[in-house]
Amino acid sequence: MNAFVQYIESYLTSNVTPGAAGNMFWASIYILIVFTGVSVGVICMNWLERKVLAHMQVRLGPMRVGPHGLLQPFADALKLLLKEDIIPARADSVIFWSAPFIVDLAAFTVFVVVPFGPQHAITDMNIGILFMLGVSSLSVLGIVMAGWASNSHYPLIGALRSSAQMVSYEVAMGFAVVSAILMTSLNATGTGTLSMIGIVEAQKAQAEWFIFKFFPLGLIAFFIFTVAMVAETNRAPFDLAEAESELTAGFHTEYSGFRWSLFFLAEYGAMMAVSSIAVTLWLGGWLRPFPNWLSGSTWDSIFSYFPGATFLFLATLCFYETARMPKHPYFRIQTIGLAVFGALLALIGLLLFVPAVSVRIQDIFWFTAKVAGFMYLYIWYRGTFPRYRFDQLMRMGWKVLLPIGLGTLILTAGVALIQQNLWRP
Amino acid sequence: MADQRTLSPLDLDTPDKTFLDANELVINMGPQHPATHGVLRVILRLDGEKVLGLECVIGYLHRGVEKIGENRTYAMFNPYVDRMDYVAAVSNGLGYCEAVEKLLAIEAPSRAQHVRVILTELNRIASHQLWLGTHALDIGAITPLFYTFRDREEILKIFEKYCGARLTTHAFRIGGLQYETYNGFEKEVKNFLNFFRPKIDEYEELLTTNRIWLERTKGIGKISAEDCIALGVTGPVLRASGVKWDIRKAQPYANYKNFDFEIPTGQNGDTYDRYIVRMIEMRQAVRIIEQAVDSLPEGPIMAKVPKVMKPPVGEVYHSIEAPKGELGYFIVSDGSTQPYRVRVRPPSFVNLQALDTMCRGQLVADVIAVIGTLDIVLGEVDR
Amino acid sequence: MAPIATPFFFYLLAAIMLIGGILVIMCRNAVHSALALIVTLLAQSAIYLMLYAPFVAGVQIILYAGGIMVLFLFVIMLVNIDRALKERQFNSQWWVGIIAATTLGGLFIAVYTKGKSIFPERIASVAEADNTQRVASLLYGQYMFAFEIASLLLLVAIIGAVVMAKKRI
Repeated sequence: MNAFVQYIESYLTSNVTPGAAGNMFWASIYILIVFTGVSVGVICMNWLERKVLAHMQVRLGPMRVGPHGLLQPFADALKLLLKEDIIPARADSVIFWSAPFIVDLAAFTVFVVVPFGPQHAITDMNIGILFMLGVSSLSVLGIVMAGWASNSHYPLIGALRSSAQMVSYEVAMGFAVVSAILMTSLNATGTGTLSMIGIVEAQKAQAEWFIFKFFPLGLIAFFIFTVAMVAETNRAPFDLAEAESELTAGFHTEYSGFRWSLFFLAEYGAMMAVSSIAVTLWLGGWLRPFPNWLSGSTWDSIFSYFPGATFLFLATLCFYETARMPKHPYFRIQTIGLAVFGALLALIGLLLFVPAVSVRIQDIFWFTAKVAGFMYLYIWYRGTFPRYRFDQLMRMGWKVLLPIGLGTLILTAGVALIQQNLWRP
Repeated sequence: MADQRTLSPLDLDTPDKTFLDANELVINMGPQHPATHGVLRVILRLDGEKVLGLECVIGYLHRGVEKIGENRTYAMFNPYVDRMDYVAAVSNGLGYCEAVEKLLAIEAPSRAQHVRVILTELNRIASHQLWLGTHALDIGAITPLFYTFRDREEILKIFEKYCGARLTTHAFRIGGLQYETYNGFEKEVKNFLNFFRPKIDEYEELLTTNRIWLERTKGIGKISAEDCIALGVTGPVLRASGVKWDIRKAQPYANYKNFDFEIPTGQNGDTYDRYIVRMIEMRQAVRIIEQAVDSLPEGPIMAKVPKVMKPPVGEVYHSIEAPKGELGYFIVSDGSTQPYRVRVRPPSFVNLQALDTMCRGQLVADVIAVIGTLDIVLGEVDR
Repeated sequence: MAPIATPFFFYLLAAIMLIGGILVIMCRNAVHSALALIVTLLAQSAIYLMLYAPFVAGVQIILYAGGIMVLFLFVIMLVNIDRALKERQFNSQWWVGIIAATTLGGLFIAVYTKGKSIFPERIASVAEADNTQRVASLLYGQYMFAFEIASLLLLVAIIGAVVMAKKRI
């Protein structure tokens, strides 16, 4: 027993990820935390997407289930769980059954290497970024299986589109990623790294986020990646695989209830995963903004108040809306609910002001905030853009993004060579 | 041009074989499909995503409106025509009333004609708004739909205030109008115009220069002027192909010859041109309404119409420029209180014939865009 | 980092690989075969990981499981499965298979019996931390020429595929 406690405690003094420390107990805890966090993130995204999209489209969005529809995701989840689970009569039932799980597995496994902070990752792999790209590319298998197993035309076309699209955009994405990885090698030893934590550490050491590195090369690579990642996750304006006006629902037309919700979960999980790749590679991961311009311990402490302040701001919003709630008795429960929710947020906010907590939570906060920015972008795209046609999408991937990505890579390598004085013609 | 039309829709003697000779898919789009605007069923034969041919199956919404007309008196049939093109019910009513008036050789008083123009043009805007919203939705832009429906609401409010109904209005009567305009009608219409003018810019801001929108609409669903005329296509689709044909100018009815407006035409006959033509038409409609409201005369709203309408034996064809094209009514009278035959020439039905010509060789996604740009209403196609 | 339960995981992965491989040739449905092949490839990449070759493992997942097999499935899905199911499985070259299997089996037995003397216990020290960097420096340093030849070959293959697929260029 004592040994077990010691085993648990031994990690607390170490300064690495639980995976690197080889501590199974803490690794399991981290896995639980991360996966719960991702699931909560999906729930938040569900609500946020409906609300933000609704406000962009001059409507209110969900308002009935809970105050301002806050409980809508739970109602939806309940509805989906209670729905009849239909497997089409001539579908390939085993593949039909396993497809959503493969998609989910791929979407969630990548979070193993996502660095929320220098120690806040489940593990740090030597091939971190490669692992992320590889495993997230497996989700296309699930989509193809789902489309084929449904034994129906619309899902099949959806699956074909999806697989072609994802395989093509992976190439452009790869070039963008490689040009960022090249930048990690700009140090005294001249060797770069593929580890997710290492990439952020490199940005810290070079005191420059890679998006600003070799301006505008870093920016271009970042841009290519952001376009490719939208295509990779099958989201608007590249949501051809599930284009509702053409293919009813694409590859998951025949899915209902819980299985469908698994696809939904995987889609949002994958969105977060690719966003966190972008954040790690170009936006400095867990590093706080303006580390050079606003440097010094004063600014450090000011920025450490941000997490708490954000939650307090959200709590204030809640209280403001509570005050604006209709005074009719019908709304009493909702008003109380909103106030309680605000109080909860305020409590979390105050907790985050405690120095011991704020120091630990800061990295996670900045990382999550950056990812959240990307998630907002996803919603924004969906609200504003029409959908590309399939051949236009492929043309864009192969004839625009790929050459630009290749050029950026070559230029980055050249500039890096010159900067490192390695250019010996 | 001609050979393409004379091919039977699913003639596959010389299909474009791909290298792998992959399966040709036959897909049933509809009758319950999100993008077929009702219960249109399109049988598509695809090579991959390329359309080899298609065939429209219609009739799912057939209600026998024309046959009903033979068993109703002239006045009783009036509300039925609203149910054909239900998003432009006012235009349908105008066409029918004017056709019967022509048969009876009476003319509606000038005030009634002005109000008719105002309401019809408002309805044109409403119809085009609905087209724009759903068309953009088909192409994947969700947001314009909500903008257009928000503004369409204002028009429907005016309709509701005037005749008590929002959609199937039954706004006009044979010989004029049933009701005098309500208090503040002119002011409300003018308010709407001032409200609406910036809204058109708002729609255009979202779409007109949007790169994806341009790529999805330019060069898609092209149809030449000759094809249009040969197929009998009318309305914005015809005008976008470069033919300046608008019944409001060509064979003026109601009071249109007194108003100053322009007829927009396109050059390429593609989806983008049709979009632009309709956008300009909305602006022109605003212009017409403005003139009509400004010059709204005082006077009676109903001509002298016999209590029992018994038109003389004969036939009449009268057509108007409905939002979707030429809407014609052919009425044969045998001298009794009921028409001997009512035949409607619905613009949607005729325009739908062009779908195959416009879609061949394009991709599935373009079929959706083309169905959207044809602006069909299945209630009118099937009648 | 100390390896955990190495023999257990090795036998587990090897069993998965074998079962997957058998399923590949046993399944009548081509899609099922392809999926079984993916399972095999994934297990193989896990074995690479156990051999302290994380880079190879990652590339295996990206290229084989994520890329090539998707294209396989893509093509298989376009083929009419129903018709393929009714066709007789062609196994007219069974004698070639038997010869190949016997030879391979003999080789394995030879390695198993004499292996200890042929292969020393451990040739290279394990380089887990900078594995990728070592692969890179070998690939772009010592074996540069071979690497370039390989990429040239691939280029030829790509051009050949385009020429074959396009009716006119």
